[in-house]
This record gives sequence, C-alpha cells and structure tokens, in this order.
Amino acid sequence: MQRIGVFVCHCGTNIAGTVDVKAVADAIKNEPGVVFSAEYQYMCSQAGQELIKNAVAENRLTGIVVCSCSPRMHEATFRKTAAAAGLNPYMVEIANIREQCSWVHKDMLTGTQKAIILAKAAVAKVNLNTPLTPGESPVTKRALVIGGGIAGIQTALDIADAGFKVDIVEKNPTIGGKMAQLDKTFPTLDCAACILTPKMVDAAQNENIKIYSYSEVTEVGGFVGNFEVTIKRKARYVKEDVCTGCGICTEKCPQKKVPNEFNLGMDNRHAIYIPFAQAVPKVATIDPRYCVKLKTGKCGLCEKVCTAGAIDYNAKDEYVKEKYGAIVVATGYNPISVDKFDEFAYSQSKDVITSLELERLMNAAGPTGGTLLRPSDGEHPHTIVFVQCVGSRCDACAQKGKEYCSKICCMYTAKHAMLIRDKYPDTDVYVFYIDVRTPGKNFDEFYRRAVEEYGVHYIKGMVGKVSPEGKKLKVQGSDLIYGKQLHIDADLVVLAAAIEPDKSARPLATMLTASMDTNDFFTEAHPKLRPVESPTAGVFLSGTCQGPKDIPETVSQAGAAASKVIGLLVKDKLKGNPCVAHSNELMCNGCSTCEKVCPYGAISYVDKEFRMPDRTTKVRRVAVVNEAVCQGCGACTVACMSGAMDLKGFLNKQIMAEVDAICK
Amino acid sequence: MQKIKREALISRASELLKNGTVDRVFGWKRGEFDYDITPALFHSADELEKDFVWGSLCGANFSKYLVKEAAAGEGKVLVFLKPCDSYSFNQLLTEHRFPRDKVYAVGVECAGMLDAAKIKAAADGLSAIRETENSVIAETLYDGDIEFKPDDVLAERCLNCKSKKVVAFDEMLGENGEADASARFDEVEKLEKMTPDERYAFWQNELSRCIRCNACRDVCPACTCEKCVFDNPESGAENKAAADSFEEKMFHIIRAFHVAGRCTDCGECSRVCPQHIPLHLLNRKFIKDIDAFYGDYQAGEEVGMRAPVVNYTQNDPEPGDVVGGGANG
Repeated sequence: MQRIGVFVCHCGTNIAGTVDVKAVADAIKNEPGVVFSAEYQYMCSQAGQELIKNAVAENRLTGIVVCSCSPRMHEATFRKTAAAAGLNPYMVEIANIREQCSWVHKDMLTGTQKAIILAKAAVAKVNLNTPLTPGESPVTKRALVIGGGIAGIQTALDIADAGFKVDIVEKNPTIGGKMAQLDKTFPTLDCAACILTPKMVDAAQNENIKIYSYSEVTEVGGFVGNFEVTIKRKARYVKEDVCTGCGICTEKCPQKKVPNEFNLGMDNRHAIYIPFAQAVPKVATIDPRYCVKLKTGKCGLCEKVCTAGAIDYNAKDEYVKEKYGAIVVATGYNPISVDKFDEFAYSQSKDVITSLELERLMNAAGPTGGTLLRPSDGEHPHTIVFVQCVGSRCDACAQKGKEYCSKICCMYTAKHAMLIRDKYPDTDVYVFYIDVRTPGKNFDEFYRRAVEEYGVHYIKGMVGKVSPEGKKLKVQGSDLIYGKQLHIDADLVVLAAAIEPDKSARPLATMLTASMDTNDFFTEAHPKLRPVESPTAGVFLSGTCQGPKDIPETVSQAGAAASKVIGLLVKDKLKGNPCVAHSNELMCNGCSTCEKVCPYGAISYVDKEFRMPDRTTKVRRVAVVNEAVCQGCGACTVACMSGAMDLKGFLNKQIMAEVDAICK
Repeated sequence: MQKIKREALISRASELLKNGTVDRVFGWKRGEFDYDITPALFHSADELEKDFVWGSLCGANFSKYLVKEAAAGEGKVLVFLKPCDSYSFNQLLTEHRFPRDKVYAVGVECAGMLDAAKIKAAADGLSAIRETENSVIAETLYDGDIEFKPDDVLAERCLNCKSKKVVAFDEMLGENGEADASARFDEVEKLEKMTPDERYAFWQNELSRCIRCNACRDVCPACTCEKCVFDNPESGAENKAAADSFEEKMFHIIRAFHVAGRCTDCGECSRVCPQHIPLHLLNRKFIKDIDAFYGDYQAGEEVGMRAPVVNYTQNDPEPGDVVGGGANG
C-alpha cells in the first residue's frame, strides 16, 4: 500500500479564487492510500517545496499528488522536489486544478467539486505507480537546418561557429531566401544584398557547413539526438562540383522565354540558369519544364559550350540519408496570392503590384536595373498609392486573407515611400492604412521621417476600389479622419500582401511530428519561455516559420535556436523518457499491429521459445520495444487488442483507475 | 445446390494424402444430426470415405483452426477454403498467425450456405436435410418432406454474399467467381434508418438473449489472441463486461471494436450463435463506416494489407469529420 501525500496549491488567487483549496485538502484525506494532505499559497516556491520535502520525511510518504497547474508547467519542478526528498521522481502525479478547473469555472462550488474529483483520480493513479528509471541514448553531433534563407543561414553559422557540423537543406538552387530579393532594409536603409551575400559566402566556405541546395527533406525518422533524415537532391542536370559558374551556358541557351521567379515573373530567364549573380552555390541549373533537350532530345547547346563538361542530361534525383542530433526548421514565408482581392484589380492591371514586386522594380539587379518604371508601359509613375493590410487582419469569416497582422508591412511601406520620394521627388505617394504599427528600435522615428521629412501622404482608411481606366488607375478610398471619400488617379498601386508560411511547412510538420497552428505557423513549446523550441524534442524553430517577423528579429531568433541546438549537441548522452511501451510476451500474439502504428519504428519482432504448461516448448513471434527509440506516445497500447502492449507510467490499469475514480 | 460434389473433394484430398503433399485434411463431418455439421481432421482416404461431408450446411471456416494446427504436425495440412474462408486465411497470414508453407489450400466454389435455424423454424420435427439441384428438402417426423427454395433458407450473409472469389489457394476446385459487395450493407442501412431509440430497442432485444457462451468469440478468425481480454483479470475489460445487465452489450461492443478493420465479414459469429443474434451486422456497420471514412477496404483481400484504422495517410479525415452515417449523422 502506498503512503500518499496530497499537496494543494492556491497559486495565489489563480486556483484559490474559484476552488476552496482547504475543502479539497480535507476531502482527499479519506481516500485510500492518503496519509497526509496540506494546502499552501505557492507550492512551486522554495517554501512550498520545503513543505513537500518535510512531509515526505515526517510521514514516510511513498507517493505524491500535487494539485496545481498543468503538468507542462511544473511537473518537472515537483519531480525534482521528490528526488531531493529521496523518492523516485515518477512517484509524483499532478492533478491539474488550474487550467482544467479553476480557470474554466466561475462558480466556487462546482470548481471545488471538480478539483476534488481530479485529485481523487490522481490519487487512484499514484496507488498503482511504480518507480521508473530513464534510459540513456547517445547524441549525433550534427545539426540539420531546413531552409536556407537568412534565418537558416544565421542558425547554421552560429552552430558551425561552436564547432559542430551543420547541414543546410534548401529547396531552391541557391540559398539566400527572400532577403536576397529585397532592395534596401529598414530602418537603416542599408542594401540587403550587401549584408546578406557575405553571410551566404561565409556559409559556403565554412568547413563545418554543408549546403544541400535544390534539395528537399522527404523523410524523418528517429528522435531527439538520433534523427535519421532522407534528403532528396533534385536532379539539376549540372554537376555541382564541376560547374564553375561562368554562366556561358545561361547566355547561349536558346530557350529564353522562362518566367524568372527571382524577379517574380516580371522578366524572363533561360532554361538553364543561375538565379542571380551572387547565388550560392554559384552553379547553373537546368529547368526540366522548359529545357528543349530534356523535353524533346534535340538541342544540347549548353553541353557543347560548357568547357568544364559539367552538363549531365541523364542526372537523376538522388536520395541521401544522414543522421542528425537536432533539426532546425527555417522554412520561411511567402506573400499570399492577391488574385482573390478583385477590388484591387491585381489580375486586371499590370500596374497593380505587390510590395515584393516593387522591391524587384527598385533593385539595381532587378528587371528595370533599379529605375522605377511602370510594368505596363515602362514610364515613370508620378502618383503611387500604397494599400496596407491586403489580406492581413481580415475577418475570420471573410474566407480570403488572414486574421493575423503580418507585422513587417508598415515598416517596409514606409521604406518604399521614403525611397521613392528621395529618388523621384516629383512623385506623389499616398499610403492607405488601418493603423501604423512601428514598435521596434528606431522604427517609429523612421516612419515619422517618411511623413515629416519626405512628405508621404498617410491616409487613415482603406481603399475600396481600384479600377483601371486608360493609362490611369482610379483609386477610390475613404479618409476616416476627414470623413470623406478620396478619388486618386494613380499610375501605380502597390499592395502590401499578407505573408503566410511556405507551403512546404505543413508536410514537413507531419514528418517531424511538430505541431502547427491553424495558420500553418509552427507552434512553440511555450509562447513566452520557450519560443524557439517546438514541442517535439530536438526540433527547433527559426524565423518566419514560427510567425511573422522582420530581419532583426529573425536573426536574433536564429541565434537563439542555434544556442539551443548547441546546448543539445554538447551533451554526450541524453536521459530518455522512462514512460515507454513494454510488451507482455506471454500475451503478445505477434500480429504486427503495434509495429504498423508506431510512428517511430520502435517496435520489432523476434521468434522466442516459450515453455508450455505440458513441458513442451513452442516458438512464438513476439513484439520487442526499443526503449531508446520509443517516445511513449501510446499508439501501440490502444492498437493492441490483446492488451499485451502497455505504457510504463500510464498503464492501462492506471488509466482505468483514474476513470473509475472520476466516475465513482 | 453446391456445384462441386463431395466425391470431387474426397478424391482430390485422397490424392494429396497419397502423394505426400499433405499428411492430414481439415474437413466436415456429421454431428449429432444431419444438419449440424462439425469440423474434423482426417488422416487417411478411408476416414475421408467414411465420414467426410460436403454440402450447403458445411459453413465452418477452417482458417482459424490453422493457428493451432498448421505448425502442429510434420507435414502440410490440407484445408478447403470457400470464398469467405479465404479472406480470413489471408488476414491471419497478414497477422503472422500461422506459417503459410505448412498449409496446402484448396479453393472451393461456393453457392451459399443454408441457415439451419430458418429450416428448423419452418419444419417441426426436423430429422434430416437433403439438397437437390434447385431445392432444399427437409425431412420431418410429422409432416413428411417439406420443400424449400434455396433463397428462402440461405443464411443472411450468403443472401447478401460479398464475394464468390477465393482470394487464396494453391489449387481451385470449380470456377472462381468475382467479388460483389453491392448488397452487403442493405441490412445495416435499415438499422441506420431507425431512430436512436428504435435502434437501441432493436439491439436490446437481440443482445439481451446472449448467454455469454463465447461461441462467437471462439469461432471468430479475428479473435486469436494468446489470452483474450475477457479471460484476463489484468485487462480491466473482464470485470467491466460482467458488471450488470449491460454485460452482454459491453461484451459484443468491445469485441466489435477489437476486430474492427480486421473482420473480413465471414459471418461465422452469427452462424454459431445458439441464440441467433445477427452479430455480423455490428461488424458490417464498422466496415461500412471504415469504407465511408477511408475508402473501400476489404480485410484479407491480400496478404500484408494495412487496415485504414492502423494506417496514416495525409488524406485521412480529421477527427470530428462526419461522413455518411445513419439517419442521425
């Protein structure tokens, strides 16, 4: 029989405000196994933990129930307390009477009743608890960064700087990501390429960093410290280690009518291409959708002009298997498609563009060589209207656009407006906004400079309609401060499209068993205290895959993710989770159902000899769990119809006892 | 009624015994009465000639017997597989329950099996059942011979036969047919159309007759656990099932969950039930729902298939999605 102590926490008024904690402590006294109960204001405090330790010593307790907050918050704390008091840490159970009780109830009576029931369930479970000891597993001292934008590059550089090997997997032919497409950066207006490309080169030259460009992650197995990842190296039809990046092939290629994705389709490139001059790795790639040789077998011009002999039309996708100790997700973002927003006439007029397209039109390496010209007729625009929040901060029911604020648009629009007014002072610039949000170091000063020094017309209100008429774009919007409708004949309309996570993130999250929110942003382990860790052990988050953010924030988060990875990789052994599955061989019938449902590949089968009651022996096929690989998810225990598979720490009979205690 | 005759089965079995392919044969023999046919193991041509029976009352599915018998002898065991039985055969192979190389399977064309209970109910003082080409004749003590049309006395599972195709065999006796599941869920749909109260009353009426003889479990080819949860005090299901008047329902519902995705719909549970409870309808409801959620799936169609309930694909419906279902969703 256990000797159980129950400790009820007030959590200030968080619990005590809705739950009569004294009544809970009194009611639980008579439960089977309970020999001690107490309540205290903050059980997680030093004094609260001392109270527990003393009670263990004085009452010779063998098990502990803490009625407090969610186990995600303080289970680890109280397990340490128990260990310090000489108990096995797994003899501790948490009854969550805060998140699942006091916070959701308003009435003291029902709150108290429910808290008592939850405490009884925890007591029923502790009565069946047994001491558990965690196993250990080794750590592969190599990290994987998925995504080669500024977030991925920075994370990789920081990990490599600590002396660990790190691989970057980038789906495009070059690393650099969105930042490589930008012109200038706020709030300092330094050129994006000038600060990004040296980092790209650093990454390429760092002996600890390996870049898998034009590659994708297709399979992830294993667990923290021991991931096994399959990387698909898409056929680029150019030998990466032979190509010198001279670019002759990209000039001679006769197929020149391929929309250039780096310039967002505003000009064309060849079927064999290097995305931009500073690409890393600087090697050519053949686009098989357009290459005449690959499609029809005729041509072969690039092979003829390539002096290095790097062209290989017979290249196939290759799959590389590599082991990693940690994985960082840095899959980034894309602007949403604004086709749905008919009111802004994006699909009707070439002169309605998105902000990212404007970046390219203003970039010296862009389709216009850095001169701002209208896409339709190549003339200088004299009146430009910026529309903020296109697809951001939308109603949930609107079905188009996102509910969240995309965060970066206010600042980059101020930047655009300022740059245009600076370079082309004869241009009128209007910005329609809902709110201007500029929290950040030197951000508000930057915005005010746009208004006060550069004379940008900021208008509080939304644009209702943009209609192309002749060479002009008729913009109708409301000015909420003056309370009147405005009609502006604009030459160019720029839409600040909302940003959304890259489409590759969702399937990746499935592979990583990492969780996402409804917008497909990766979820953090804790929104405040563990912002760069995913709830899946060994998986970390860097950059906009976790939520909208600007470059300074992305870089600092990238560094934070790297420090977490380094903290993991310096360990030689990881303590495992002792709550793992275990198969009762006498009951296992070897049907393989558990093996099929196990997401970690932790279950295998062996033929084992059993002595039968009549002294004969029989060979039977039975399941064996690899405890280092098992993550204790419990899928096998529910799939096993014999009940042979059970989860230590969450035995079927413990769960049943909890349910019985609740239903009593 | 059956196209393949008893003699064809006996002669093929005798040959296989004689040439050493197999050293024993699973077959059917007469039980207490003509109409209550029992599974049996035969070791020689003489035994076969004497006791082997084949006809439309030979419902017993031998697949489950292989779990114990296949590895028990030196040589191979011969098993006759009707279309239904062959699906169970494959499902058990999928679950690694017997070694395939110790079994010689002979597929047998099947014209459907009779429901002896239906005949008994209509023929008082039944002493024997004979079959001719197109009719079934019941010999009775009081009313002489009574003639039935086969369709009137076929088992429900055979009236709505899901497949005439033997999916696993080393050789075939007779023609192999095709799968046709079109009428399979007719009875389930009737139940779905009921209101919850009507449906509850229906099952209450059926299941309250259960005497917990465990025949359904013992015959079920999907129930091959080393130790059944209902025999295991540690499982927590055992005492739950016996709690109160709810006992029988819990037993059958738990059982239906345990075989979900693995039940091949062979209908043996209903055939052996001494209380004539249409237990296979519970399983068919599960099969119908699994089909609706994850696309058509027939357990045992091939060896090594992954049942949708123990598989994950990105197209799986999200929890909370409702697909089809009864009148009340």
